[in-house]
Amino acid sequence: MTGARVVRAAGALVEVAPMPQAALYEIVRVGHRRLLGEVIRVQGDTATVQVFEDTTGLALEEPVEATGAPLQAELGPGLLGSVLDGTGRPLSRLAEHEGNFLSTGTVAPTLDRARRWDFTPTVTPGTVVAPGDQLGTVQENEGIVHRVLLPPGIDGVIAELAAGRYAVDEPIGRLEDGAPLTLLQRWPVRVPRPVARWLAADRPFITGQRVFDFLFPVAEGGSVAVPGGFGTGKTVIEQSLAKYALADIVVYVGCGERGNEMADVLEEFPTLEDPRTGRSLMDRTVLVVNTSNMPVAAREASVYLGLTIAEYYRDMGYRVALMADSLSRWAEALREIGSLLREMPGEEGYPTSLGNRLGKLFERAGRARSIGADPREGAVTFISALSPPGGDFSEPVTQAALRVAGALWALDASLAHQRQFPAVDWETSYSLQAADVLDWFEEHGGVGWGALRRETFALLQRDRELREVAGLVGPDALEDQDRLILETARLLREFLIGQSAYDPADASSPVTKTWALADAIHRFHRDGTAALAGGAAIGAIDVAAVRDRLTALRATPEGVLA
Amino acid sequence: MSGTPRLYAGAGAAAGPLLTVSSAHRAVLGEWVRIVCAGQPPRRGQVIEVSRAATVVQVFEDTVGLAPAGAEVTLTGDIARAVVGEELLGRVFAGSGAPLDGLPPPVGSARHAAWAAPLNPVCRRKPADFIETGISAIDGMNTLVRGQKLPIFSGAGLPGLELAARVVAGARTTGGEPFAVIFVAVGLTQRETQHFLQRFESSEALARSVFFLNRTGDPTIERLLAPRLALAQAEYLAFARGMQVLVVLADATNYCEALRELGAAREEIPGRRGYPGYMYTDLATIFERAGVVRGSAGSITQLPILSMPDDDITHPIPDLTGYITEGQIVLSRELDRRGIFPPIDVLPSLSRLMGAGIGAATAPDHRRWSDQLYAVYAQGREARLTAAIVGESGLPPADRRALAFTDRFEREFIDQGEARRTIGETLELGWRLLETLPREDLRRIPEAAWARRAGPQATP
Repeated sequence: MTGARVVRAAGALVEVAPMPQAALYEIVRVGHRRLLGEVIRVQGDTATVQVFEDTTGLALEEPVEATGAPLQAELGPGLLGSVLDGTGRPLSRLAEHEGNFLSTGTVAPTLDRARRWDFTPTVTPGTVVAPGDQLGTVQENEGIVHRVLLPPGIDGVIAELAAGRYAVDEPIGRLEDGAPLTLLQRWPVRVPRPVARWLAADRPFITGQRVFDFLFPVAEGGSVAVPGGFGTGKTVIEQSLAKYALADIVVYVGCGERGNEMADVLEEFPTLEDPRTGRSLMDRTVLVVNTSNMPVAAREASVYLGLTIAEYYRDMGYRVALMADSLSRWAEALREIGSLLREMPGEEGYPTSLGNRLGKLFERAGRARSIGADPREGAVTFISALSPPGGDFSEPVTQAALRVAGALWALDASLAHQRQFPAVDWETSYSLQAADVLDWFEEHGGVGWGALRRETFALLQRDRELREVAGLVGPDALEDQDRLILETARLLREFLIGQSAYDPADASSPVTKTWALADAIHRFHRDGTAALAGGAAIGAIDVAAVRDRLTALRATPEGVLA
Repeated sequence: MSGTPRLYAGAGAAAGPLLTVSSAHRAVLGEWVRIVCAGQPPRRGQVIEVSRAATVVQVFEDTVGLAPAGAEVTLTGDIARAVVGEELLGRVFAGSGAPLDGLPPPVGSARHAAWAAPLNPVCRRKPADFIETGISAIDGMNTLVRGQKLPIFSGAGLPGLELAARVVAGARTTGGEPFAVIFVAVGLTQRETQHFLQRFESSEALARSVFFLNRTGDPTIERLLAPRLALAQAEYLAFARGMQVLVVLADATNYCEALRELGAAREEIPGRRGYPGYMYTDLATIFERAGVVRGSAGSITQLPILSMPDDDITHPIPDLTGYITEGQIVLSRELDRRGIFPPIDVLPSLSRLMGAGIGAATAPDHRRWSDQLYAVYAQGREARLTAAIVGESGLPPADRRALAFTDRFEREFIDQGEARRTIGETLELGWRLLETLPREDLRRIPEAAWARRAGPQATP
């Protein structure tokens, strides 16, 4: 018997021998159906492979073929608007080939080879080029200029480069050493793409959600952990951000989540407008979808694929938002594979490398200056949902994420039960980057943004203490000033923190409107405090009037009343 | 796959539900296995691990009395398949697929893989068609739509199964399309299955139903097979025959226990509370088989019933289920003790797909109506706690009103006994309860909605 063969198989894990030359993370094709797999352990001449597809039907002694390369993303024009599985196969083309159900062993390249793109060179033959240098551009869609960059690892002198209509794998030119140049490049998904240098975070990532922009803002290039038990609205938040956040490109990774939710995204996004450009939201979006019932190893890969695509557009100088829903499912995939490998488990059965691997994911976010001549500045902002068991944040995945994330947007089940959405627990949540971006909000949001924010925290804190007291003695026993605080805090919760994702007029809130609502509520409180000090009774304060005003403000597009 | 059967005489080892065959070099993952021991009924199993040294077979039937040395093991050359077809309607099967109704095994229209391939997410349609169950707390507050998976979180002694039976009996779709009910009992007692069957025996619904019954006394591992046989049949009826299929699975907790038992037999590293680390993924391969697809008029709606151990919603079983399903209907022991049926606690209950199902199909103000009911009810429940300490007279007037509303809401809206309510009746009832409060307490209902309600041709 010659050649590598399957010598053991259980679930997603296959042992292959003899394969003495196998490299870690090398891609192999397993069995007659050529299932996609990845080497994750080599011992002597036996390689252990995690298979990205369902292994049912795989027999002992089936042949295995090494490819010599790790799992790579195909990068080039045509990514925008596509829907990929965790290994980069386009799901709509798979559906054309095999119908409604996913079969195994189907090879489908990420980028459509039949599609041609108008390439315009920006350098001429004879130019010396290095990695990251721009060769030319392709108008990927109406809104996005796709910069064609020389991939890392290649340099030389341009021998030929011509304008024209090309498929992604056709040569658009060549270097003097004969190396062909194409629109398509490949990059190993587990390796971060290089940058010239990381930049300080000073511009906010505008989410359009008041509670985040106002109370817990993050910077472009920041990273956020969004943990919440089931039903607390993680997915609604991730989707709201994908719809309304001010970003040039959105990469949405549905990692081990519900198929019907993805159907919702796929039906809704093409009908929605990009708030920045007014074009179809799909024009700025790449979806990576590995639902919970799809193979678990591909779920693990899906996050890396999303990150690589995000970095690719970052290198062109775009502001990219990467949403992952949810990293807990990614961690569980690690646990499943670790358990099959019979690794010594760490906390709650997760591999001991969990914290390290999670940290490396988060470290791929950031604002950076690209490599190459005429460098571009881009950012990857990483918003990651987490699904802690029982909503208990002390579990290992949430804790590991908190050690590396720049902000915590904690979701709370009791708020969700009261239908207070977004169900953000403002006492637990924090942002380490708020101070870095406050200046921007002062300038673009409204005067006194920082002071209003501080007062809001103070009022909410006082409200919590008062409500504890009121729970014991009844609210009627409180001083009038304290009852005014309760009333103000109720307005803050209802009109500032609360925001309906289902109300078209309020699903996204520009910073000016956020400021206007905060300002109006605090004005009410200041005026009320003064009135009470002047001897007025609490009953004389007109809450209904301010409610009407806030309701009207909330319904305006920019927070300006006529 | 489909290969030739191979017979092996004698197995190397047996432990719990696992049988190890040492000489089967051509074994295939997932291969279906027949095991014959002299003087015992034949058993079936599935290859879960292959290696040059040994093939591990998970046996579905009870392994008491199984002597590995004397067993004849046949690798069938095929994977586990379910016989599917319209002729299964009206029939009762064991969790293994064997007939329990005394009739011969069905020939069926096709044989589909029991462990089916996942649906390509881009082929799904967004579920959006309202199902009227006749239960106010569901139709009004946690609306069910076609293609949704909405579990009932029950508890020991709570009427989860009874509620499911009521939903099945009362479910109506608009337009009178063909529909079918598939009931799969997983580890249920004789009494529970009988009770459920009896509700159907007399009715014509029986002819539109298929039953797969794995009872408490039946083999544990068969509990992993029964739901898959049922769902293969559901997929056939829905996607090949265009039927609206409702699948009731009870009890998902027993399924998870079986999964844990098997994991322990395989000496796997356990996850939380001893349940396997892959339980989320495994449950997803069941629950994600709900849905509606492009190019088919049919749908699969799942209504799993799950007993929360010790009423603990954070227990791994309800917890992981809640992360997969599109909401949950939570039953309350307190409401049950007060004789309220169905004892649905609407606060922790949720239907994630409600937004898509309401509005045009129900009433334009349905969302605001339910938001308002939720808001006052939540306020009233909190006031009830405060009142327990300071007394009702210590509450501010708005809280007192909310508390009175809450009592009536539970007695008149949630509690409906045997009655079936149309969505129109449910909405009207909710409006009437809301109207007991002054407008200042009902901030989530805009003027326009009141005008629509008051208008001459207004529908609630």
